[in-house]
Order: sequence, then C-alpha cells, then structure tokens
Amino acid sequence: MRNLRLIINREYSARVRNKTFIVMTFLSPIIFVVMVLLIAYLSMLNSTDQKIIGIFDETGIFTNEFKDGEQVQYIYFNNSNLENARQKVLDNEYFGLIHIAKIGDGPNSSTEVGFLGNDTPGFGTIESIEKTISDKLTRQQLINKGIDVSEIDAARAKVNVEIQNFSGERSSKMSNYIKMFFGGAAGYLLMMFIIIYGNMVMRSVIEEKTNRIIEIIVSSVKPFQLLLGKILGTSLAGITQFTVWVILGTVLLWSVSSFLGIDPLAAQTPSTEMINEMARPELNQLVVDILKLPYASLLVFFLIYFIGGYFLYSAIYAAIGAAVDSETDTQQFMFPIIIPLILGIYVGFFSVVENPHGTVSTIFSMIPLTSPIVMLMRIPFGVPWYEISISIIILIATNFAILWLSAKIYRVGILMYGKKPSYKELYKWLKY
Amino acid sequence: MDHLLVAENVSKQFGNFTALNNISISIPRQSIFGLLGPNGAGKTTFLRIVNQITMPDTGKVYLDGKPLHPDDIAHIGYLPEERGLYKSMKVGEQALYLARLKGLSKAEAKERLNYWFKRLEIEGWWDKRIQELSKGMAQKVQFVITVLHNPKLLIFDEPFSGFDPVNANLIKDEILHLKEEGATILFSTHRMESVEELCDYIALIHKSNKLIDGKLTDIKKEYKSNTFEVGLDAIDEVTLKRELEDRYSIGVAKFKSINEDLKLSIKLKDEETSNELIQFLLSRGKINHFVEVIPSVNDIFIKTVTQNA
Repeated sequence: MRNLRLIINREYSARVRNKTFIVMTFLSPIIFVVMVLLIAYLSMLNSTDQKIIGIFDETGIFTNEFKDGEQVQYIYFNNSNLENARQKVLDNEYFGLIHIAKIGDGPNSSTEVGFLGNDTPGFGTIESIEKTISDKLTRQQLINKGIDVSEIDAARAKVNVEIQNFSGERSSKMSNYIKMFFGGAAGYLLMMFIIIYGNMVMRSVIEEKTNRIIEIIVSSVKPFQLLLGKILGTSLAGITQFTVWVILGTVLLWSVSSFLGIDPLAAQTPSTEMINEMARPELNQLVVDILKLPYASLLVFFLIYFIGGYFLYSAIYAAIGAAVDSETDTQQFMFPIIIPLILGIYVGFFSVVENPHGTVSTIFSMIPLTSPIVMLMRIPFGVPWYEISISIIILIATNFAILWLSAKIYRVGILMYGKKPSYKELYKWLKY
Repeated sequence: MDHLLVAENVSKQFGNFTALNNISISIPRQSIFGLLGPNGAGKTTFLRIVNQITMPDTGKVYLDGKPLHPDDIAHIGYLPEERGLYKSMKVGEQALYLARLKGLSKAEAKERLNYWFKRLEIEGWWDKRIQELSKGMAQKVQFVITVLHNPKLLIFDEPFSGFDPVNANLIKDEILHLKEEGATILFSTHRMESVEELCDYIALIHKSNKLIDGKLTDIKKEYKSNTFEVGLDAIDEVTLKRELEDRYSIGVAKFKSINEDLKLSIKLKDEETSNELIQFLLSRGKINHFVEVIPSVNDIFIKTVTQNA
C-alpha cells in the first residue's frame, strides 16, 4: 500500500510537471475560448448581414406577399420591365432577383418562378420563397374556383402532440434532444479521456522500458503495483487537467464574453426565432424537463462507467506499452482500442438516439468495451436497473480479467528487449 | 558452513526454452560470489529469480535459512545489467523515490544519501537531471541507489561496464569495503580479471546448467595440471632436454626474464612432486625461475565452456 502511494505520487508529479502537460493544460482553455468567441462573432456577423432580393412580378398578385425578415429584405420592381429590374439589381449589388413570369392569359394562365443571382440562395431562402408563392397561388386558385377561403381557414385544425408517459408526467418534444446532449457529451468525454490519458499511460510504460529503469523498480515493487500506480497516477493527473480546463474555460469564457459583449450561447442554442416559434408552454416544459433529469444517478453512473471504462482501456494501453520497444511499434495494436471506441460513439449517435432501448443499443451497452460509452448515452432516456446492473457487473468482471491479462503481458514484456512483438508472441507470454 | 543464500534445484522454462536447469547454488555469508557464464547462459534469469522478479518453475530459494518472501526485497540490493534512471527526474528526487520503495523512511533515505554522495564525492549532483549526466556518472548514482538501504545481499550484474578505469577501481574498493562491513555479494560478469581480483567463490553456468561451483582456490587446485615453468641456465642444454623428455612431457614456456635462459614448461606425473623436479634440475644448471602454473579463471572458463560446447 505504501509503495502504491509512492508510485502514484511519482507518476502524478512526473505527468503534472511535464512541460507539454503544463502548456496543454493552460493553452487548451484559451484556444477553446478563442474558438467559441470566433464562432459566436462570425455567426453574429452573419445575422446582421441582411440580403436584399428584388422581385419582378408579372402577375401582380404577389405584391406585399413577401414579408421582410431579419435576414432578407424584398424590393418590388413592378413598374418596369425585366431588363431594367435586372440592371438595378446588378447596379445596387443586391443578392438576387425573383422573376415571377405569367404564361398565358385568363383562367388557364400558369406561373413560372425563376431566381437570378450570382450566388445560389440558401436552402431556407428558397423554401420560404416557394412556400409564399405556392400558398398565394393555391388561395388564388381556390378563389377562382369559387370556394370561400375564409371557411377553409376556419376549418384548419392545429395539432400539437403532447407527450406524456403512463404515469401522467408530461415531457417536451425537445427533451429527447436534451437527453441526447447529456448522454452524448458524457460518452464523448469518456472517449477523449481514454484516448488522451490511456496514451499517456502507454508512453510512460515505454519510457520506463527505454530508460532501462524498469528492472530496478520491479526489484522493489510488484509489477502489478507499478501498473496500478501508473494508471491511478495518470488518471489523477488527467482529472487535474480536466478540472483546470473546466474552471479556466468557464472563467475565461465568462469574463472575455462579458468584456466584449458577445453571447457565446448564441452560437450553440437555437436562434431566437426558433424559440419564439415554440409555444410558450412547450418552453416551460423543456425547462422542467431539464431540471427533472436524474442528476444524482446520472453522476453516479457517469463515475462508475467512467472509471470502469478508463481502467479497462488503460490496462490494455499499458500492456501494449510493455510489449513494444518504442512508440512507433504501437501502431498495429492501436486497432483493437480505437475500433470499439469509435463503434461505441457511432452506435450511440445513430442507434441510441433513434431507439434507446432497441436491440443494437442494448447489446452494445452490455459489451464491456463499448458499454461505458453506449450505456452513458442510454441512461438519460431511462434504463431499467437490472440492465444497468448486468452491464456494470460485466464491466467490472472484464476489468479484473483484462487487468490480470495485462499484468501478465506487462510482467514479461517490461523485461523483454529487442523482440518484435506479434499477437502470437503476446499469447506465448501469457503462458510464461 | 553458514550460507546467506541457498538455491535448491531451481529450474525455469520460457516456452520451449530452458533458461535454468536444476541449478543449486549456496552463497556463504560475507563472501563475494562470482556467477560466471557466457552470454545467454541463464545468469540474469537466476538473478531475477533471487530478486523475485521472475518465479522459478521448480526449486526453492532460501535467504537466511527461510524461503524467500516478498518482504525480503528490503534486504537485497540489485544492480541489473539493463539499468537506467528516469531521464527527466532530478538525481536526489529519484534516489529518494527508489530508496523509499525499498522501505526506507524519507528522513533516513536522505541521511544515507548525503553520506554516500559525500563518500563518492558527488554532493553537487542532487539537483541535476539524469540527462545532464554522463553514462559513468549515472552509473555512480545507480551504485549508490543499490547499496543505500544497507542490504544483506548485494547483487551486481556486470557492475563495471560503463565505468572508466578510475571509477571502476573506486567501485571495486567500495564493493570490498561493503564486504568488510558484513554484506554478502553475488556478482555476475564475464570480465575475468575482476573475478580473479574479487571473488572468493565462483559458479559457472553454461547452457542453463551449472558446470563448476566452489571456492575459487579449490577450483584452481582442481584445475592445475602439475605443470611448472622453469627458467634455467643449463650446463648442457641438449642433453638436459633429452633427459627431461624421457622423464616428463615438456613444452616451451613463455615468460619474461632478464636472463637468457632455457625456458621450459614441464608437466609432472600426478604422483610426482615439485621437489623431485628441483632435485633433478639442481645438478643440471642454475635455476633462475621456478613457478607452478596455476590456471586463471579465464583459462578455466574457456576450457570448461569449449569442452561442453
């Protein structure tokens, strides 16, 4: 125990005092804040940039149908011909010109719409133009056929599906996105942590091997103790780094944005229009939903899966480090680490979001190499306790098995020099 | 005899490869024991077993009469052949860390480090990083770390590799001094001259098997061939040579001498003694040189290894 503490101590201070580590710890939040502010700034620039679109309407029925919005302003050129309108749009450097042409006369006339411009208009703009015109034309044709439009308007039903579960709790339609966000963030964070700090464990094992200090150390402590101390020390360093990132990032973001008057949230949250479009009670429901998420259990499970997943992968990383002589030899062994991680993220973002309790999601939340990520994504949607327990038990059991296997490879590998390791060789080591 | 370390029938296999085959070795207390053998003979595996880095497949190792126990690492100091230190760590910090892993308290470790750093005149190195030191300098630090916790048993694997002659001598003196103070030393090398100088006992391992084992002087007695080198100012060289050839088997000897003598190596039969030879030679000329040929460890090593190749 005493030795384990000494090892954790040394590993921790070796990581924390490393120059790259210090630079990354303090530089990353700054880079992050600069990025967020840049994005926020750019999207603000974008929204103030109003496009002016000219309309040349031959039919004359669309006057005042196009409403100016935040992004677009419409100008009518009704008292001229197409050539003049075109020239004006070009001269004034407007964004483009909508040409509504009338073909034929009388009741059989039809309409053709064209857009002239240097740039292709955005998807939303085109859709809005099409909708405005088709709405107007439909009404016009209904009137032409002698149908009372006001009655149709009155008969139009507005439907808003209210979601509630069988015990009568309501939830917002948006709440699935919120759950996805929480789960996704947790899963993604775990993956990043595993890759960054698992690699650190591996490099530290390789360092001891290439420095040839390893034999001196294992003549004092059990290799397993060293392995455990290394993983623990490195993860403590990782937690320190994460804490610094979160605190520094928040403080920086808050102070810089209040200083510059930029709202960084504007870059991420839906635009005000979208919120306005949402019915007020819907928004209230959303807030209730966010507050209602089971934070305590979320946090507990996050910690369990975080530690379980990180340990599992770190043990594998350490075994790889022990098996090779230099970092360049590690490539062939990276495959089995990266694949399940990426698979976990993919299953999470595609399968869990679509169907959190479907077969694929359930299976992958049981497989220990993917369960930390997939289960973390599923938990906000509510997973039965027995599924979570089975998954955790499998994860813990696998942890012991992998740690035991890794320790075996580690024990042999750290004293093995100049052997090009292969999977076959590693299998042999297990039997030494 | 009182033995500090006893290994009984130790065997170790790595897959299909036998690293040690039924090796038994006993190391007397307060002696210097040389473990010899060509590369790949299994020396390092044996040392690792004593250090409990590797476990033997069969056989037992006893330290101080009791089976080896994990806590015994505090009584063993090991300087492995593949040795190094954390490059970016400071000398002092590193030495403290490694000493504490061996069970010393921080204060105790510091005190002993100061003593040893002063003794080897490296006090100024405490705050230096290993990467600033030369290889020989780092070796010195390693030596200190090995002996710092006053172990009963010291194990050196090729202790002199990497040292210049001055420092090698310094370390040799320290090893002898440690023996005086009561330590038992097991060292493995293929530098025979240091074995000749230091070892009281040797064992020779070749291809996983122990070939020779015992007190160095006994082994030499066993390996000598009753041969004598003679430098003689002969009265009649030709007659003498003929007479000698009749009685013994003779050869030409090569040794330095200030006289222009007849130089011969003469092998006696087992039952004959040197006195008989001297008696015979006395009347044939003036004897300037008369030495029994004692095989060097190097000769024994090469002879045994090539015989068993």
